[in-house]
Amino acid sequence: MTQDGSGPAILVEGLVKSFGEVRALRGIDLSVPHGTVLGVLGPNGAGKTTAVRILTTLLRPDAGRALVEGHDVVREAAAVRRSIGLSGQSAAIQEELTGRENLEIIGRLYHLSWPHARSRAAELLKQFDLLDAADRAAKNFSGGMQRRLDLAASLVGQPQVLFLDEPTTGLDPRSRLGMWDIIRSLAAGGTTLLLTTQYLDEADELADEIVVIDRGLVIATGTAEELKGRVGGDVVEFTVPDRSRVADAVTAIGKVGEGEPNVDAETGVVGVGVGGRGSEALIEVVRGLDGAGVETRGLALRRPSLDDVFLALTGHAAEETEETGGRRGRASKKRASKNRASKKDAGRAAS
Amino acid sequence: MTAVAAESGAPAAPSLPSSPGPLVRARWAVSDTLTITRRNLLVWLRVPAFLVFTVVQPVMFVLLFRYVFGGAIPVPGEYVDFLIPGILVQTAAFATFGTAIALAQELKKGVIDRLRSMPMARSAVLAGRLVADTGRMLVTILIVTGVGYAVGFRFDNGVLPAILMIVLATVFGLAICCISAYTGLAIGDEESVQAFGLIWIFPITFLSSAFVPIPTMPGWLQAFANNQPVTYVIDTMRALARGGPVEASLWKSIAWLAGIFVVFLPLAVRAYRRAS
Ligand SMILES: Nc1ncnc2c1ncn2[C@@H]1O[C@H](COP(=O)(O)OP(=O)(O)OP(=O)(O)O)[C@@H](O)[C@H]1O
Ligand SMILES: [Mg+2]
Repeated sequence: MTQDGSGPAILVEGLVKSFGEVRALRGIDLSVPHGTVLGVLGPNGAGKTTAVRILTTLLRPDAGRALVEGHDVVREAAAVRRSIGLSGQSAAIQEELTGRENLEIIGRLYHLSWPHARSRAAELLKQFDLLDAADRAAKNFSGGMQRRLDLAASLVGQPQVLFLDEPTTGLDPRSRLGMWDIIRSLAAGGTTLLLTTQYLDEADELADEIVVIDRGLVIATGTAEELKGRVGGDVVEFTVPDRSRVADAVTAIGKVGEGEPNVDAETGVVGVGVGGRGSEALIEVVRGLDGAGVETRGLALRRPSLDDVFLALTGHAAEETEETGGRRGRASKKRASKNRASKKDAGRAAS
Repeated sequence: MTAVAAESGAPAAPSLPSSPGPLVRARWAVSDTLTITRRNLLVWLRVPAFLVFTVVQPVMFVLLFRYVFGGAIPVPGEYVDFLIPGILVQTAAFATFGTAIALAQELKKGVIDRLRSMPMARSAVLAGRLVADTGRMLVTILIVTGVGYAVGFRFDNGVLPAILMIVLATVFGLAICCISAYTGLAIGDEESVQAFGLIWIFPITFLSSAFVPIPTMPGWLQAFANNQPVTYVIDTMRALARGGPVEASLWKSIAWLAGIFVVFLPLAVRAYRRAS
């Protein structure tokens, strides 16, 4: 660290921001230690972008304070700007210019000499696998390439703290995995990262610590494991292919679970919360089903997903607050139905 | 891609000194403005369609008024000499559509957010935009003047007044550019910005002495046309190009343009700082 090591890389206390009637942030606290990754998880309109914009000196908070590398984002904005990088929610690149020109211009604006700006651009193009396309206009790049170029631009100044606002929204699954790799290696290199996401699995995958925000408030903080623990333990889940035997299956496992099993009559999926008794409960379920002669498929013990967590914490699925705009497309619809499927589980688990 | 090794984002000591002095900052403000100017001009050169339209539109107006409408508009002297200063002012004003639209786009795409989050001079984005767009405008003005010459327009009053006329047209364009920059940043949506531009740029250029002598308009319109900056600027330019009394309209032009700068430059700066 170039810092004196005291204090976290990002510290946020009681941050409040309203836009007219809309209370985007209603008192947020955060602390991100140096060299760690914080995942800020929340649905549309939760206040993620607002928080990022305050931390990157683009917006003044109404109340509260925020420090980045020990510098106040309002009073010492210039110092904060020297230590951060920002990759916003949309790719902020000049589409008419080439990838190389985009990066060289950013380098010049960081006051690198021309030769230095050129070599830095070349270095980043190589690292981000953009060399082949480097001299084409960025408007001809794929979405994933534009995103990578945008991320590369945020690294030109070698920031100590990097803010990524929904870095994978709108990417296809393959580009998304590529972006995850890049983010992991940035984290491994020691950069402090704050990334926002609507994808629960993404936060699980990349973040050391997760903050869940909803309607401008932090509603939970912890590691992915801790958050999952708050839902109330494991779930044994299986499918009964013969729908007429579902009732028998439920009777057979009657005493194993905590509370009523959760049954989806349509798909034949039965789930039952078993608290912390994981494998022991799994054996009991197998014995019970075997004894009743019920055939099952896909019997498994699973940790609750972060979808379950979100549901348990907010009482509504992550997608329910979504506005009408179809920005998130198909992926979100799929995930929404997944949420509905797990809603019953979580509801039971929480009770 | 896994090879994005530790070097890429490592918290290595940044190459920037921690707190630059005022001299260094002033130098950066200039270099940042030049960088942004260069970027904007590059973008302009990369979009051939835009390049063509910014020049073709005024040339079409020159031809249209010179050969189609001009014969029906009685003016003292040659109509083409009357016309060209008006066309030049309109060209300058229309060119600022590009300013407003570009800023609105940059705002929407997050380009301005990125630049504002960087340790670059705060003034550079706006200054670079104004410098590049004024340069662009000057090129268009010179081309249209050349076309004017080809269809019979002449400077009858010597070289210095001719240069002054071009300078006045450009300074006028820069003033209108400040208004457009402000509207682009304040409105922030490309389509709305464009629609709004039509609402004010069309009236102020057409309801002036640009194409017809003001006494041919109805009285209530004359009251507006006689007392608005576009008319003063055009009258000054005509006097500079053809000879005649310059002073009265020149001072009024200068007062108006100074007023526009004093009001709209700070407004544009404020809109840039607050842009969200
Ligand atoms: N500039 C603004 N003016 C008015 N309202 C705003 C502005 N920016 C954000 N808001 C409102 O503040 C709330 C929080 O917005 P924010 O963009 O921070 O959410 P988000 O979590 O980033 O959502 P998304 O996932 O859609 O990006 C929303 O209700 C939004 O409409
Ligand atoms: Mg957002």
